[in-house]
Amino acid sequence: MKKDADAIINSPEFKDLVARKGTVSAVLSVIMLGAYYGFILVLAFNKALLSQGLGEGMSVGILVGLVVILLAWALTGVYVFWANDKYDSAVNAIRQELRRDK
Amino acid sequence: MNQFTTTIGQPNITSILFFFVFISVTMCITYFAAKRSKTTAEFYTAGGGISGFQNGLALAGDYMSAASFLGIAGLVSLKGYDGLIYSIGFLVGWPIIMFLIAEPLRNLGKYTFADVVAYRLSQKPIRIAASVGSLMTVAFYLIAQMVGSGSLIHMVFGLQYEIAIVFVGAVMIAYVLFGGMLATTWVQIIKAVLLLGGATVLVLMVLSQFGMNPVNLFAAAQAKYGDRVLAPGGLVSNPWDAVSLGLALMFGTAGLPHILMRFYTVPDAKAARKSVFVATGFIAFFYILTFIIGFGAMVLVGQDVISGMDKGGNMAALLLAEVTGGTMFLGFIAAVAFATILAVVAGLTLAGATTLSHDLYVNVFRSGHANEQEEVRVAKIATLALGVLAVALGLAFKGQNVAFMVGLAFAIAASANFPALLLSIAWRGFSTFGAVCSIATGTTLAVVLIIFSPTVWVDILKNPAAVFPLKNPALISITGAFVAGWLGSVMKRDEAAEARYAEQKVRNYLGVSLD
Repeated sequence: MKKDADAIINSPEFKDLVARKGTVSAVLSVIMLGAYYGFILVLAFNKALLSQGLGEGMSVGILVGLVVILLAWALTGVYVFWANDKYDSAVNAIRQELRRDK
Repeated sequence: MNQFTTTIGQPNITSILFFFVFISVTMCITYFAAKRSKTTAEFYTAGGGISGFQNGLALAGDYMSAASFLGIAGLVSLKGYDGLIYSIGFLVGWPIIMFLIAEPLRNLGKYTFADVVAYRLSQKPIRIAASVGSLMTVAFYLIAQMVGSGSLIHMVFGLQYEIAIVFVGAVMIAYVLFGGMLATTWVQIIKAVLLLGGATVLVLMVLSQFGMNPVNLFAAAQAKYGDRVLAPGGLVSNPWDAVSLGLALMFGTAGLPHILMRFYTVPDAKAARKSVFVATGFIAFFYILTFIIGFGAMVLVGQDVISGMDKGGNMAALLLAEVTGGTMFLGFIAAVAFATILAVVAGLTLAGATTLSHDLYVNVFRSGHANEQEEVRVAKIATLALGVLAVALGLAFKGQNVAFMVGLAFAIAASANFPALLLSIAWRGFSTFGAVCSIATGTTLAVVLIIFSPTVWVDILKNPAAVFPLKNPALISITGAFVAGWLGSVMKRDEAAEARYAEQKVRNYLGVSLD
């Protein structure tokens, strides 16, 4: 069984799957972390920027906060969309091949 | 508006009625669930038969506590914009759960996150270490929730603190003990729908006075209290503090045992990812609602009245409900807050009981040799014991300042649970010794540093200056846990575990085992 597993994870299809998932996860995580910590750092070092008004009843801060909230949700949506479309079909292809080999 | 007198603190007929309906419905569910909670899979994970959408709602239910509903609305009503910063911190952990751990967790584990960490490492040391991390997270979170609920119920209904705690404990034990995960999940779903629905109605009632446009509401707040309410205030003053708290919230969410456990209630990785998407959407929506509710309370109730009732502003949402919808609507929102408390403590207790029975009793004490019946029985005894302990702790900590315990629970979850989980999934060379080092270091640093931090050393123990400068230890304790995990693994390698990595990796990505 161990040999099987080694053979699978070294196959080009599996390696491609791992690489693609790693890239998508890393890119989306970096966007989220970047947006959140960017927001925190602006809060810490340049409050004046976020305090600017955008007409009556609106400020840059509220708009940016709202964008970060919606971005968090949108990113999870992007991931689900990608995984349902690309990832699952790649997984199924490899699974089918395994079944045929048995 | 200042001459407004509230009925908060007096028994409210509507509230009691709504609450009675909630208890009756959830007890019926528990009764039916009891028939389907005989096996370990049913008791711990509802047999894996919860759909992605249902689990998303339940996850949101687990996360939206009464403290975050009333507390964040209160914070916004008194400080304005700063409340939003707080909400964002609590939300951004969810995408991280999705990208890094949701699918591996579902594919590799069975009942607890320790299943994943122990997948190819030595069972006993890992189970013991992971249990310590889990149980400490659950305990601190539970104390904070119990004490908060006792004071809340006392404030809202005028019920004595001790009676409130015992009542919450008894109902919560009934859900978990008899209904297991199935009942707990449905309690979460009903509570999430009630809370989201109630908050939406409250927002609509507020906005109806402002032409259905939140900007008009913000403008009214600006006119009444000045530009400062729309701008950041003093919440983020020290950037290191902010970064450290951000890390605790972000990675702590991905290390909360009661959240991680929910991923085992769905059939596969596809449903797991859908549930994170649904949960993140509802939680985001909820935080936007609480922001508007906070501003509604600021304008329609007034900051003097809110801080007059409770210094922390915790009554803001309830006062707003009374101002916009009268005593009846107040009763409804108060009952929803009560239901929220019950659901959150039930989820925590189930997670704690599962750790005690599945990780400690079965896999350590009985070395993995326990039959179904025995394990379910132990899980039920553990539920009862934890429930009684929660009541006892709630009584013991009456009147204490326990707000720091939520931060501590997140810090331990982020430092003890998350690094070990991530390393065991992603790194072939992660060894048993490394995992134990990582968990021990993360837990110890989180607990010790928070004692020496301004949060406890100055605010609770009343010392003049803090030994450790940051309010939340996560920056140091998470880093420490990763370094200890690496160092321990390099020092003492685990060849058997490395040999099993290929098989784990196949199962992680493909969701199938090779047998």
